[in-house]
Amino acid sequence: MISVSALSLGEATRTFFERLYFGDKPEPLGTATQLIYSAVIVLVMAVPFVGTLAALAIWAERKVAGHIQSRIGPNRVGPFGIFQSVADGIKLIGKEDLIPAGADRTLFRLAPYLCFAPVFAAFVALPFGPDLIFEPRLNVGVFYVLAMLSVDVLGVILAGWASDNKWSIYGAMREACQTVSYEIPLGLSVIVAVMAAGTLNMADMSRMQSGGLHTWLIFSNPFTFAAFIIFFIASLASNKRAPFDLPESESELVAGFHTEYSGMRWAFFFFAEYAAMFVVGAMQAALFLGGFHDPFGLVGHFHAKYSAAGNNAGIILVNVAAAVIFIVKACVIIFIQMWLRWTLPRPRIDQVLHGCVKVLLPAACATLLGAALWQLLAGPAVARVVSMLLTAGGVAIVMIVATWIAYAIVTARRVRPRLSEPAPLQ
Amino acid sequence: MMMLAGVNLVSIGLQHYLLLGALLFVCGLATILTKRNAIGILIGVELVLNAANLNLVAFNRFAHASAGGRPLLDGEIFAVFVIVLAAAEAAVALAIFLNFYNNIATIDVEQGTALKG
Amino acid sequence: MAGLFYIFALTAAAGAVGVVLSRNIVRTAVCLLAALLGLAGLYFSLAAEFIAVVQLVVYAGGTLVLIVFGVMLTARVPTAHLDIKMRELVIALCTGAVFLAVLWGGILTADWPVAKASTGAADAQPYRIAKLGEALLGDYLVPFELASVVLLVVMIGAAYLAKARRK
Repeated sequence: MISVSALSLGEATRTFFERLYFGDKPEPLGTATQLIYSAVIVLVMAVPFVGTLAALAIWAERKVAGHIQSRIGPNRVGPFGIFQSVADGIKLIGKEDLIPAGADRTLFRLAPYLCFAPVFAAFVALPFGPDLIFEPRLNVGVFYVLAMLSVDVLGVILAGWASDNKWSIYGAMREACQTVSYEIPLGLSVIVAVMAAGTLNMADMSRMQSGGLHTWLIFSNPFTFAAFIIFFIASLASNKRAPFDLPESESELVAGFHTEYSGMRWAFFFFAEYAAMFVVGAMQAALFLGGFHDPFGLVGHFHAKYSAAGNNAGIILVNVAAAVIFIVKACVIIFIQMWLRWTLPRPRIDQVLHGCVKVLLPAACATLLGAALWQLLAGPAVARVVSMLLTAGGVAIVMIVATWIAYAIVTARRVRPRLSEPAPLQ
Repeated sequence: MMMLAGVNLVSIGLQHYLLLGALLFVCGLATILTKRNAIGILIGVELVLNAANLNLVAFNRFAHASAGGRPLLDGEIFAVFVIVLAAAEAAVALAIFLNFYNNIATIDVEQGTALKG
Repeated sequence: MAGLFYIFALTAAAGAVGVVLSRNIVRTAVCLLAALLGLAGLYFSLAAEFIAVVQLVVYAGGTLVLIVFGVMLTARVPTAHLDIKMRELVIALCTGAVFLAVLWGGILTADWPVAKASTGAADAQPYRIAKLGEALLGDYLVPFELASVVLLVVMIGAAYLAKARRK
């Protein structure tokens, strides 16, 4: 009998999945029990988390968009408009469910789920904390998340095709071209990080970055730094985020591949997009930005101490702190993605593909070659010096950017009273 | 312990995977024989290759003895190469089909009779 | 564990049968997707994680996208279909049924040499991916390099073949 106690979530889920996949236990659980257990875990833990995440991300997007465009954004439903997504959801449920006459009904209905399910499945492999990894023995964790993001393309293509609408088909074909092309630099930059870490396993990769700021893989050598930037740009394209949002270009194609979708079916596409933003941000956090470890190495230190002492309350505390740190890092990446969306103009599809094949792909290949040579030739002393220099450089960049943003906010506040004065009478 | 036609239904062994692989192979074969759309034939070929992959990986898991505790992965390596070559073949096949379509304005293989007689 | 095998096996089998029986080419492609996803799950249950993920990335996310692209470029209407004559359909299905009977009969009656030692050691997961990499760059280096040459040739050839010609 499995006891799912909060004190050892990793152990409980690990035992559960062990029984599920590698069988051969003294008392094997019946099939029905296994299925019920997995359904319960998914319903209780994953669905509310992803749902809340997507709802908050949509609200944040509109607030960020508002403030960048010198307006306020939603502020009526709840404090700071935070329940706007709930209101939107109620509206969407009430909308009429239209299916175009010439559309393939089965495929039209299937497409949103095909778009949403892989992104949802990718959440399973993300490392939220030292004990909060669903399957620490999944040796291909990193690759699995990439695979789930690849399967996402098919949902979009089917949505565009099944709508029997030429704008949708244009959007779907642009999406397929763009996503499949940008998967190559995405994969190459992931390989650079994997080379620096030596493993595809998410748990081991997080353990490697547990020593403090200078052990984070982004500061490990200059090539992983470049790989982080390449991964960020490629993930923008793979996620259909601006400036690569041609598939859903609002000013050109009505609404791109989801033109004919209304109500909850459209909401599924939106959920999928924001959940994928989180997955991609979490991947960057886990691969490059130290995962669930804080910049001072305290999480690793305290987790080891409390595990050795069997201090259950301490273990829970460390895991919760680690999960919060991980989610905050992913949210920083999401914020940068939103910031870019409302700042940059949209290039044409041939410019997008030109950027991929002629700029990003050679850069990714050069980075891969450089990282491989670095692994081979750089000695430990050189590596340590370079990583310290890179850490100092990274911290300097972040401080400069933060000061700049603070200065901009402060000067904007000085301007605002003048803007809100009534216009002088003529 | 339930048995059906000599196969244990509860404990999954090599035979289960082989039976499924055979079913996939025959479905692929039937697709190749019955489809008039050239891309349908390509889909049948992909099914056949997948059935072969399943056989390779199943045999690697069940019938390939490991030497001294280290797992031998020959079946998986075969499967990787099969997947790679299937992708390459699908690319070339689609390029050929697009040429075919551009020349005859239909994807129906029954209309490809230029070399007949 | 049996339950998961049956779920994935049923998905794959249903997809395969759907491929044979569906008349619309886009539905055929979607049934192939179901078969590929079921097979990926089966590879996971066979402890071949890397193959499962490669199947998802390359087959489902690459080859199938290519096939659906081909379908979209050559089909006029989403719901069009090409029908086959009943006589040929019957002959093909009978051939398939006979072949299936032969294969299944052979599988059920053969004495498979299942290595008893492999079921335990094959689950020693920690360095399996490393062993795969070492084998690809060690014992199987020549096929690996040949495969990369083949892919280069295929890229150039397919790009040339699919190029729009000016009449």
